[in-house]
Amino acid sequence: MSANAITERESGLAGRLSDWLFRNPNRFLILLFIPPLLWLGVVYIGALFALLAQSFFSIDEFSGVIVYEPTLSTFAQLLHPANLDVILRTLVMAAAVTIASAAIAYPLAYFAARYAKGKWKALFYFLIMLPLWSSYLIKVYSWKLILAREGIISWLAAKLHVTWMLDGLLATPVIGGPSLSTSYIGTFVVFIYIWLPYMILPTQAALERVPVNLIEASADLGGSPSQTFRHVLWPLALPGLVAGSIFTFSLTLGDYIVPQVVGSSTQFIGNAVFAHQGMAGNIPLAAAFTIVPILIMLVYLSVAKRMGAFNAL
Amino acid sequence: MRSDATSRPPLLLSLATLGALLFIHVPLLLIIVYSFSADVNFQFPPSGFTTQWYVDALERQDMWKAFWLSVKTAFVATAIALVLGTLAAAALWKSSFFGKDYVSLIFILPIALPGIITGIALRSAFNILDIPFSIWTIILGHATFCIVVVFNNALARFRRLSGSMIEASMDLGADGFQTFRHVVLPQIGSALLAGGMLAFALSFDEVIVTIFTSGLENKTLPIWIYEQLFRPRERPITNVAAVLVMFVTTVPVLAAYYLTKDAEHTGGGGK
Repeated sequence: MSANAITERESGLAGRLSDWLFRNPNRFLILLFIPPLLWLGVVYIGALFALLAQSFFSIDEFSGVIVYEPTLSTFAQLLHPANLDVILRTLVMAAAVTIASAAIAYPLAYFAARYAKGKWKALFYFLIMLPLWSSYLIKVYSWKLILAREGIISWLAAKLHVTWMLDGLLATPVIGGPSLSTSYIGTFVVFIYIWLPYMILPTQAALERVPVNLIEASADLGGSPSQTFRHVLWPLALPGLVAGSIFTFSLTLGDYIVPQVVGSSTQFIGNAVFAHQGMAGNIPLAAAFTIVPILIMLVYLSVAKRMGAFNAL
Repeated sequence: MRSDATSRPPLLLSLATLGALLFIHVPLLLIIVYSFSADVNFQFPPSGFTTQWYVDALERQDMWKAFWLSVKTAFVATAIALVLGTLAAAALWKSSFFGKDYVSLIFILPIALPGIITGIALRSAFNILDIPFSIWTIILGHATFCIVVVFNNALARFRRLSGSMIEASMDLGADGFQTFRHVVLPQIGSALLAGGMLAFALSFDEVIVTIFTSGLENKTLPIWIYEQLFRPRERPITNVAAVLVMFVTTVPVLAAYYLTKDAEHTGGGGK
């Protein structure tokens, strides 16, 4: 296309500017892109690197002053049994929450994708979206009300004469505790509750794309419902579940409020970071701790990408 | 033979679906019940009902101060996010260049990484640069993840926008600004409004990053509620504040939903 073939248009400054931008699409794009890129690139990435850099410093054990000399000793501290415990506990919790969320989300997503039609479909979408966007703190708080010793679960258990079951559950070593709201079970349930919608939406989106006749074809060819699930539905739903798991896993890794409000006062990575940067003033160790979820999430994201999860987002 | 199976869901599936729906909605409804409870503790069922706590809560000056700080923060953060998020979506929409995947990653990272990392990173940056905490440090943090929300909403709509409409406008003699004003904006307008409302709700509710970027003086409503969680004697007031927050965040989300639900009918889609 030759620019000379077009006669120059008479127009003001704005017009000439717009013509110039049209003729230089790349420069136009760069102009558009500079402000947002500056914000995220400088403010966000800059702050992130400033934080990571601090993990290479250490803290003087006697004076509590940060020593600005590059060292790996802070990372070595992560390997102390107490800190390793924190990391392992968080990873197990994140994995358990992710698996449980997938198990609860799948039937709901499948129902919404396959059986809900027209108005019902809109209603389903809406019913899933609403809790996703309601207040995070309020959701945590509501579970404190539910799980408390004098709360609705104890009341229900008493009404149904199954208090012995609840007591048995709380007597279980490790996951039990004095009451539901001060046990790992409580923390686990609240995490599932809060991140569940993040799992449902991508799973539903993935299942939405499975044509119904594919399921019928599997049945026509003699596949039992469980075979159809294993060989047809599962592989097609997997990218959606993996996409959802990015959120459930990552958000559980970094949360420090849920274990504080509902749980057995043991530390997760988020609590450790919070405690080290706050009262203890040990920014280097807090920074070193944050590297753990960053590394885990980078590996997780690259695996998820390979499994096609990004297309399901 | 099995064709009837497509219309009727298996009983077990229906039950699991119902269970999951109850699981995600009952706790939120329960808060509303508790806000009218006459008891100060967690007792269920409540021994009686009262609206007294609403009267008490609405008179709490510290709550209102926190509320207005949250509203201000959310407005400014949303405004910044609307401009920057839309620019980014417009730039990334049709372009392809070396390293685009990595640049796109920057626009996912603030929500893909746990919030605590954003929070502590910003806090240590403020410390290094000797920036005192204020409403602006809160806004800085909020705008960072609000940009991502607006970006995603705008990009989704840009992808549905047909390029032929823009070309037609240019062919008919409109310059770039006129095209933007009369062709592009009306089509992406509702998506921007929806993205803005979601960003507002997100900012209004944010606590994980805010704790790191607010300092002791500036309490947003979520921080105020967070502190209330550890004051058992003020439980009734906390319940009422919780209902208030639920209401304020739900309205923009409802509006955003109605704005985007007809998005498939974007003009020029059937080129």
